[in-house]
Amino acid sequence: MSLERRLLIEQGGPGHRGPALPACDVPVRPLAELLRGARLRTALEFPQVSEPEVVRHFIELSVLNHHIDRGFYPLGSCTMKHNPKINDELASLPGIALAHPLAGDDASQGALRIIHDLSRTLAEITGFAAVTTQPAAGAQGEAVGLMMIRAWHRARGEGERRRKVLVPDSAHGTNPASVHLVGYETVTVASGSEATVDLHALRAALDDSVAAIMLTVPNTLGLFEPEILEVTRLAHEAGAQAYLDGANLNALVGLARPGDLGFDLMHINVHKTFSTPHGGGGPGAGPVAVAAHLEPFLPVPVVTEHGDRLRWDHDRPRSVGRVHSFYGNFGILARALAYILTHGESGLSRVSRTAILNANYLMRRLMASYDLPHEAHCMHEFVLSGRGLRKHGVKTLDVAKRLLDFGVHAPTVYFPLIVEEALMIEPTETETLDRLDHFAAAMERIAREARESPKILQDAPTTTPNSRLDEARAARELKLRWSVPGREASVAAARSAERQTIGRP
Amino acid sequence: MGYPSDVRYTREHEWARMENGLITVGITSYATEQLGDVVFVELPAIGKKFEAAKPFGVVEAVKTVSDLYAPISGEVVAVNEELSSNPALVNQEPYGEGWMIRLKPRDTAEFNQLLTNRDYEKLLEEQHA
Repeated sequence: MSLERRLLIEQGGPGHRGPALPACDVPVRPLAELLRGARLRTALEFPQVSEPEVVRHFIELSVLNHHIDRGFYPLGSCTMKHNPKINDELASLPGIALAHPLAGDDASQGALRIIHDLSRTLAEITGFAAVTTQPAAGAQGEAVGLMMIRAWHRARGEGERRRKVLVPDSAHGTNPASVHLVGYETVTVASGSEATVDLHALRAALDDSVAAIMLTVPNTLGLFEPEILEVTRLAHEAGAQAYLDGANLNALVGLARPGDLGFDLMHINVHKTFSTPHGGGGPGAGPVAVAAHLEPFLPVPVVTEHGDRLRWDHDRPRSVGRVHSFYGNFGILARALAYILTHGESGLSRVSRTAILNANYLMRRLMASYDLPHEAHCMHEFVLSGRGLRKHGVKTLDVAKRLLDFGVHAPTVYFPLIVEEALMIEPTETETLDRLDHFAAAMERIAREARESPKILQDAPTTTPNSRLDEARAARELKLRWSVPGREASVAAARSAERQTIGRP
Repeated sequence: MGYPSDVRYTREHEWARMENGLITVGITSYATEQLGDVVFVELPAIGKKFEAAKPFGVVEAVKTVSDLYAPISGEVVAVNEELSSNPALVNQEPYGEGWMIRLKPRDTAEFNQLLTNRDYEKLLEEQHA
């Protein structure tokens, strides 16, 4: 392992330091005297490292990482599009970056205007009446959406009876997780032979115990639901609400509005459709857009307009409450608005058209080398199957690992669950024809290698900093804590304790 | 591919074996091939009662997580504690040491309605047609 790849605390030592600071020119007083009664540590093990070593450490880590600024990233369902740098520039302007959430409405009119304008544009794009920008991610948006649905049923006196949420078997895993989180029960509905909603199965599952259906449109195979108007009509006929998982909104912007398709609410993954960074775990944003009848239940506070002034309205007695500190992740919201305004109406609909064109181009080209379970024109993504490679002793996982050798991030694999050995590919609109052709050529070469020399695939990757990892062992023998090198004995004990607690409620 | 004839099967790829009036339950070799390496099995507490076709636990593999469905209605009288420290048993011996729970059946007639190995093989063939 290179020096740089050790943790900072494993590098340097006493005397290694960054810039020298001037001597303290005020009297030094012990912390215990300043913070009486506080429980203070007696020792703090901070790394002691010189500035050049710190810089090298982080630069080294940054080049190990694969990211959209470094290479193609066709991760299906994740919409890994380019993040325009102008959005970062705008979000870094002092008026935005240094805005303080406690500054008060009068001193924050610009920030309120950003949240208000983003809410209005998202409502217009999705065909809904109102938007909350508080949720920090798509999954939290789902949970907040379901909380609003529950509040709506309760307000109508049907809260006790309606406990089930229908979810198709092609759904994202977050859907049943969100359902569980709000105390509802998931009922899985089998897809039809074309992998879209089966109206017979849906009718059979819909009754007066159903609170909502949750659907992704286009679905997770990248297919548009031809019966979508009937689906939402049936849901409403049964007294249920129709929730749209907005993960695949990148196929619809400027072309179709979920509100017009009969949905009651949806979340919007701004890090997908509206190009904000898929940061290393955040901060993110998953605004939720709702039809007028759900507006009273939006989280507090809500921005309201009074003449040319904007104010936070906290007096919302039917609200589901607050779901994030202050007003959501503001810097991300500013980036999303910048993206929408720089594209404008015609630009945004070109985004979706180009995303669909790119996906269909790759799909038509790759169907010669891989199985394509559903041959309908796709929307912004498509799903191949690696099942035809099994006779060569090769799995989809091997294809994914081999792609890394070509400097490409692997597509989403083994999802959706209804396609065997699935490879889910979403190129997005921001890739050039050149880049798509390079990816297609790599995929074609891998299919050829699977036939002629499968061992290349089974041993892949070979050009990455680490070769094939033992994922099963990593999951079976959990090591979740860093420990001081040389103190391995205590690690074994800690690991055994972790095993007892993890996964066991 | 042959599936053992001394157990019965569900459409959800569980098997059930009747011994001394108790039903031992696990997942089939087809299921383990589809799942890949099993890394965690979440099993119910002894004494818990399940209805047929309702989830009784969860199996977690590297690439996916799946519910486990009770082949018949009954009460859990034993769970395979070995799986908490060695989930790989499910891959290595799906019909033996990789068993998951033992049920006291509510009605043994339910057992006779489960698929035979022939039915199960036919089901898999149809799914791959």
